[in-house]
Amino acid sequence: MQAELAAEPGILQFAWVIVVLPMASFALIVFFGKRMPWKGVEFGVLAVGAGLVLSLQVLWHFVQGGGPYEKGLTWAPVGPFTLEIGQYVDGLTAVMFVLVCTVSLCVQVYSIGYMHGDTRYTWFFAALSLFTGSMLNLVVANNLFQLLVGWELVGICSYLLIGHWWEEKINSDAAIKAFITTKTGDVPFLFGIFTLVFATGTSNIARISEAAEMGHISHGLLVVAALLLFGGAIGKSAQFPLHVWLPDAMQGPTPVSALIHAATMVVAGVYLVGRMFAVFSPAGSAMAFVSTIAGITMLIAALLAMVQDDIKRVLAYSTVSQLAYMIAGLSLGERGYTPGLFHMFTHGFFKALMFLAAGSVIHAVHSSNMSEMGGLRKSMPVTFWTFMIGGGALAGIPPLAGFWSKDEIITMAFKTGHYGLWVVTMLTAVVTAFYMTRAMLLTFFGEYRGHGHPHESPAVMTVPLVVLAAGSAVVGFLGAPQLSAVFADWVHFGPVEHEPFSYGFAAISVLGAGLGLYAGYSLYTRWTEREPLRALGPGYALLENKYYLDDIYLRGIVRPIQYRLSAAVSWFDRTLIDGIVNGVAKLTQGVSGGVHGFDLTVIDGAVNGIAQTAGFTGGILRYIQSGNVQRYAAFLFAGVVIMAIIITRI
Amino acid sequence: MSSQEYAFVVLALVGTVSAFRLVTARNVVHAALYLVVTLSTVGAVYLLLAAEFVGWVQILIYVGAIVILFLFGLMLTKAPIGREALDNQQRGIALVIGLLFLAGLVFLIQDAFHWSDPKLRPGVGSTLDLGESLFRQWVLPFEALSFLLLAALIGAVVLSRRDDQR
Amino acid sequence: MIRLPLVLFFSAALFSTGVYGVLARRNAVLVLMSIELMLNAVNVNLVAFSQLWQHITGQVFALFVIAVAAAEVGIGLAIVILIYRNRETISVDEVNLLKW
Repeated sequence: MQAELAAEPGILQFAWVIVVLPMASFALIVFFGKRMPWKGVEFGVLAVGAGLVLSLQVLWHFVQGGGPYEKGLTWAPVGPFTLEIGQYVDGLTAVMFVLVCTVSLCVQVYSIGYMHGDTRYTWFFAALSLFTGSMLNLVVANNLFQLLVGWELVGICSYLLIGHWWEEKINSDAAIKAFITTKTGDVPFLFGIFTLVFATGTSNIARISEAAEMGHISHGLLVVAALLLFGGAIGKSAQFPLHVWLPDAMQGPTPVSALIHAATMVVAGVYLVGRMFAVFSPAGSAMAFVSTIAGITMLIAALLAMVQDDIKRVLAYSTVSQLAYMIAGLSLGERGYTPGLFHMFTHGFFKALMFLAAGSVIHAVHSSNMSEMGGLRKSMPVTFWTFMIGGGALAGIPPLAGFWSKDEIITMAFKTGHYGLWVVTMLTAVVTAFYMTRAMLLTFFGEYRGHGHPHESPAVMTVPLVVLAAGSAVVGFLGAPQLSAVFADWVHFGPVEHEPFSYGFAAISVLGAGLGLYAGYSLYTRWTEREPLRALGPGYALLENKYYLDDIYLRGIVRPIQYRLSAAVSWFDRTLIDGIVNGVAKLTQGVSGGVHGFDLTVIDGAVNGIAQTAGFTGGILRYIQSGNVQRYAAFLFAGVVIMAIIITRI
Repeated sequence: MSSQEYAFVVLALVGTVSAFRLVTARNVVHAALYLVVTLSTVGAVYLLLAAEFVGWVQILIYVGAIVILFLFGLMLTKAPIGREALDNQQRGIALVIGLLFLAGLVFLIQDAFHWSDPKLRPGVGSTLDLGESLFRQWVLPFEALSFLLLAALIGAVVLSRRDDQR
Repeated sequence: MIRLPLVLFFSAALFSTGVYGVLARRNAVLVLMSIELMLNAVNVNLVAFSQLWQHITGQVFALFVIAVAAAEVGIGLAIVILIYRNRETISVDEVNLLKW
């Protein structure tokens, strides 16, 4: 963050094009997709493909040792504050670009096969493009509000894609659960943004980071802001206690799980902490909180992964656990910055790979339950080998990617003196290896227990698997100290530090992995009707019910709001609001009644009075015209006399 | 006050009283008779004022013919004989107006002539004078008057003719 | 020798009585009688003044008045009889069509 801005930005100036390409593709697919020969897939794949090419060029800039670049445009002045839209491109951004574009491209190609024949095929690709564009926008944002826009947009896309088959209630319920749960985390996130804007007067990330490093923000405010921002990360990256949405999100199509809930969206929280590291780093108490949450999450999620029958759920809990690893890495401070983000990078590759492979299996056996699988390594060799590579990476088997990244975190935990966290990470690594072995054995080994005729998936699906597998195998070396750990050159906080490789710690990690592997092997080599882990007794029941957290949330939070709060609000609306409205109506009625009375009495009275006066006068004057001749004669004579008097007197 | 004056005053009183009774009589025939008396006294006054032709004409025409006409009229219209209220509702106003007239006229006379002057002396009034004036100066009105009487005669006949006599 | 004002008073009395009669009597014939009374009062006036000015014209006029009065009574009674034929009544109150 402190690196000076690049003197010759070159390609970096056009980094925003990478964001715009998928967005344009979204619009094109929505309007023209159905008419295209490939139903809109062309736009999506081309856009992300071009984006990937550009991303690699951007990364090349940093490989050559270039510096970061920032450019912002004023969107709207709001009083003393200015909303801007812009791009901040540094090593982290470049790395994220490559990750998002690679995984998105593989997923889209894969989906051509996986989603073939789906009723909303075109819309699926439109949503994937929109998601990719939103994620890239999140990553490239130079100010917090633009980041928030990307953040919310990926949330919307997640909701849309999880609920892709919304005709079944379980799918739409999962989409709503995901959205609401992440939204619960977004509220503190928003207030965190407000705190920082209040503290610094700007939402520009570079300037906020500068202010934090210079000490212009008071420590208390910094801690508060960090904790609030982390709230968003808890929601989006599925940490305890808001992790409950991620397993349910597996209701969505598997490519969605691979792209969003493994490689990209869920790491948005990790990315946020990384991006705002200048705010987190000095806030010691906040960092302690972060590491506590991470520690809790990684272990409980790994334990839950042990007892799942659904292969996707295993991978989902695994993702939660690995996300906790990344956050734990970041929580170690400056020295943990690079390891944490490196793990984010590698995990994206092998988790996406495993999800796609699982999707391939599900596509072949038409079920996602491992109890109905078995012996698939013979019928689906490519899927098998790629899944093995991914699983090995996850378990931390050298020289696969996960070994380099996870090992770094574990080692760093010890080196920075977080011994408690070190123990937890070690334990989790053992459990990780265990459940991974279990999953692989149940799926690919033994005898086939299902009723279908599994066969290998078409090339359009297996090629992306191979690509990602290659990535998982190789990418790790980017962080290998033996190969000068170039990743650290690109993504670092503070001065670049190359940690020396510690064989001792590496050995301990491998041992731990081996332990888990052995345990898994011994329990699951032969299929037994009864799940061996039931031997854990009541502990198993606890795990089976996900620690009863879902029940607690439902009874404790959702139901009271749903029923009592809504009833109260409804009462308020009916009694008070409607009361006011009705009162106004009654008042108007009364006023109109009064006006009516006035009209009747006064106005009509006046009019009638005039008529009555006329009638009355007429009644009097009527006597003059009586028809009686003598009456007329009397008037005549009277007139004569009066005239005589008047004339003679005057 | 000379003797003529006494006679006049007596006659005037009689005439006034009978005129009063004329307008207040309950019986129409009584009223007609009272009319006779009044007209006669007026004739007598004429004679007293040495207007002999006018006086006799008065007696002849008025008392002799007109009163008879009235009586015929009363008879033909089956005038109610007997005591009945023959006055209408505006008696009060009529009385007031009558009195006003009386007051006005009396005041006028008194204002013009006072009580005493002038004295009337017999002079003109002979038939000779009347005839002379009538057939010399006033012959045209006289002829017109004859036409008038003719018209009145014809008119009366026409008016009172019954429609079924075609 | 007769004082003029006295004669005039007599004339005024007759006239006023006649006025009262015209206005107050219900029977049409009686109204006509009252009119005769008024005419006579006028005649008295004329004759008195003719004697005052020693001019015969006053009496000539009186003659004319008498003649006209006669004609008028004739016509008047004819009308009264007609009314009586049509309406069975000669009460002036009841002949009140002179309205609109």
